Amino acid sequence: MDILRFITAGSVDDGKSTLIGRLLYDSKSIMIDQLEAIEKQSKNREDGEIDLALLTDGLRAEREQGITIDVAYKYFSTPTRKFIIADAPGHTQYTRNMVTGASNADLIIILVDARNGVSEQTRRHSIIASLLNIPHVVVAINKMDLVNNSQDVYNNIVIDYSSVAASLGLNDITYIPISAINGDNIVEKSPSFPWYEGESLLHILENVAVANDINYADARFPVQYVIRPQTDELHDYRGYAGKVISGIYKKGDTICVQPSGLQSVISAIEIGGKQVEEAFAPQSVVLHLQHDIDISRGDVIIKTDNLPTVENELDVLLCWMGNKPLKAGNKYLLQINSRVVKAVVKEIEYKLDVNSLLQEPTPDQAQLNDIVKVKIKTATPIPYDSYKKLRVNGGAILIDETSNVTVGACMIQ
Amino acid sequence: MSEKINLIDSSKASSELGDQNYRRLDYLDQLESESIHIFREVAGQFERPALLFSGGKDSIVLVHLALKAFRPGKFPFPLVHIDTGHNFQEALDFRDQFAKTIGEKLIVRNVADTIREKNLTEQKGKFASRNALQTFTLLDTIEEFKFDACIGGARRDEEKARAKERIFSVRDEFGQWDPKLQRPELWNTYNGRIDKGENVRVFPISNWTELDIWNYIRRNKIELPSIYFSHDREVLEYQGQLVATSEFIQLEEGDKVSIKKVRYRTVGDMTCTAAVESNATNIDDIIKEIIATKTSERGETRIDDRVSEAAMEDRKKGGYF
Repeated sequence: MDILRFITAGSVDDGKSTLIGRLLYDSKSIMIDQLEAIEKQSKNREDGEIDLALLTDGLRAEREQGITIDVAYKYFSTPTRKFIIADAPGHTQYTRNMVTGASNADLIIILVDARNGVSEQTRRHSIIASLLNIPHVVVAINKMDLVNNSQDVYNNIVIDYSSVAASLGLNDITYIPISAINGDNIVEKSPSFPWYEGESLLHILENVAVANDINYADARFPVQYVIRPQTDELHDYRGYAGKVISGIYKKGDTICVQPSGLQSVISAIEIGGKQVEEAFAPQSVVLHLQHDIDISRGDVIIKTDNLPTVENELDVLLCWMGNKPLKAGNKYLLQINSRVVKAVVKEIEYKLDVNSLLQEPTPDQAQLNDIVKVKIKTATPIPYDSYKKLRVNGGAILIDETSNVTVGACMIQ
Repeated sequence: MSEKINLIDSSKASSELGDQNYRRLDYLDQLESESIHIFREVAGQFERPALLFSGGKDSIVLVHLALKAFRPGKFPFPLVHIDTGHNFQEALDFRDQFAKTIGEKLIVRNVADTIREKNLTEQKGKFASRNALQTFTLLDTIEEFKFDACIGGARRDEEKARAKERIFSVRDEFGQWDPKLQRPELWNTYNGRIDKGENVRVFPISNWTELDIWNYIRRNKIELPSIYFSHDREVLEYQGQLVATSEFIQLEEGDKVSIKKVRYRTVGDMTCTAAVESNATNIDDIIKEIIATKTSERGETRIDDRVSEAAMEDRKKGGYF
C-alpha cells in the first residue's frame, strides 16, 4: 500500500466538489455523522437534495458563498492505496491556491464540462499542471449525462485536448467520460458508456505507477539539523539529519558538500536509530561522515558523481502570491529546502498569459496570481537542479522579509 | 481493509540502480518520513519550540516520531501539557511515566491556576467544560516560556476546518488563526518566519488519518494508556453518547447510569469526551472496529464539536489548537 497525492482543480460549477464527494462517499470514507451534518445543511437549500459538495467546503465563508477559497486536504483509502486529495479552487483569482495544491501532487484531475468542451479554464489548469510538472494527468470529461453520453462529443473533446497537451508537453494523459452526479465511471465502470474501453476513475487512481516518479539517480540530501548529543558516552557523535529528497546513498560513498565543495566519505547511515547500509528517497535519515568538516543546516550533501548547478544567477518562472505587487529590484529571502539566502529580483522578462500561454511584453510589475519569467540573483550561490528535471531540488519560495509572508513560488529553469 | 505489512529491509544487498522494487516505502513509512522531516524543520527554524503532550494516542505517536527524528540526541524542546484538571487519571499517569522513561523534560501548567489567578469564570451546567479556558493557560504558558513554535497532534481528517490548516500555521500574539490569511505552503518547504510575540503551531501528523495512527501504533508496538482498551466503567447515557461519571459531571434525577464495557477513541477532558461500547482488548480488535465504524472519531466522541457547523473554526480563530 502506497500513497497517491492528487489535485482536483475547478469550481463547484464543474462538478469538482461533487466528484470528490462521490469518491469519498462511494469508497465509504464518509461517516454517518458527517453525512447527517450535510443533510441538515442541504435542507436549508432550495432543491433539498443532498449536496455532496458541502463535504469539501470547510470554512464558513466558503459554505456561505458556495465557493472554494483555499486548498482543503481530504483523505480516503482503498486496500491498495492511501489517497491525499488537494481540493483547490479553480478561478483565476485563486491561482495561488491552485499552485500551492499542485506543488506536491503526483496527479491532477482536470475536469472538462462535456457541454462546453475545452475551455479557457481547462487551458489554465493544464498550463499550471505543466508549470508545476505534475507527472500524471487525468482528463475527466464530466456531465456526460447532459450530452446523452455521446461518444462523438467525447471524441471531439479528446482530440481538442490532445493538441493543448502537446503544446504544453504534458505526458501520461488518461481520458475518461464520467458523470459525477450520477456516479458513472467513478468507482465502478458504468454501462452508460459501452463504447469506452478504459477503466473507472478509481481504478485509474489505484493503478498509476507513482513509484516510477521517484528519482533514484541524482542523490540530494539537504541538511536540516545536526545531532550532537555531547554526552560522555556519545562525545564524538555528530550526525547530519535530513531527508534524502532524491537518489540513493550508501555507506562508503564519496560525497561533497555544496556550496562549500568540501569532500568526505559516508561512514554510517541511521534510520530511526538503526544502522543501515543504504538510504533512498524519500527516507528521513542521519548521515555520518569520515571527516570532521564544516556542515550546517542549509548545506546539501551530494554524491560526487552527479553534481547540481551551483550558481547565484537564476532564471525562474515565478508565480506571484503576494498582495503587494512585485517590482524589479525588490529584495526577498529565497528558501530552497532548508537553505535561506537573500535574493533580488533583477528583471521581469515577460508575463505568461495563463489562459493562452502567450508571452506578454515586459510588465513594470507583477500582480497577485501572475506568472512571470524573472531573473533572480542570490547573495551566495545555491545548489539546485532545474525544476523540470528534479522537482524536489528546483522549487523555491520567496519570502517578504518585512512581513514574513511567502510571496512567490519559483520554478528554477 | 487489510493492511499489508511491508517493512523495507534496507540492509538487503542491492545490486545496481536498475531494480528499484525493494526501494519502495509503503504508506506508513512515507508518512513517518514526512513527519520526521517536519520535526527537524522545527528544530532548525525555531529558538524555543515545545511539544504539546497530553498522554493521548496522537501526542504519544508524536513523541515516538520525535524519538526517531532526534535520538540519540535530546529533544530540542520540552513536552508541555496544559492540564484542565478534568483529565483521565490513566492518561496523566501515562504522561508522567512516559516522560520519565524517555528522559525528557515535562512542563505541566494547570487551568485551575489560571482560573484562580485571572478570575476567570467557569462554565456552568451538567458538562461544565474547561475546554475554552485552556486556551488562556496555553497562551500564558507560551508567554511564560517565550515559545515560538508549538507542535501539536492535530490531523486534517479530524474536522473540516482542520482540513484547511497549514502544517506551519502562524498565529498572532493572541494565538488567533486567520483562515483567509494563511501563507501558501509549497512542496515540502516550510516558512516559519515570525515576528516577536507571534508563534507557529506545527502539525507533523496533518496527513495521517485515525486509521493510519492505529496501524502505526500496531506496527511499532507503541504502548498506550489503558483507557484505549475495553474496560468496565460507570457511564451516563446522554443523547446517545456514553459519558464517564466523575466528580466533574453533575448527575440529576432520572439520569441513566450503568456499568458498561467501553473504550475511548480519543482522550480529552472527562467532561467532553465520550466512550464507545467495545470488547476490543488489543490493537488488532480496535483496528477492526474502526474499519467497521460508521461514525467519525470526533462525531462519536467529542461533545464539544456538536455546538455548531463551525464550532472548530471558531475555536481555532480564538487561539485553540
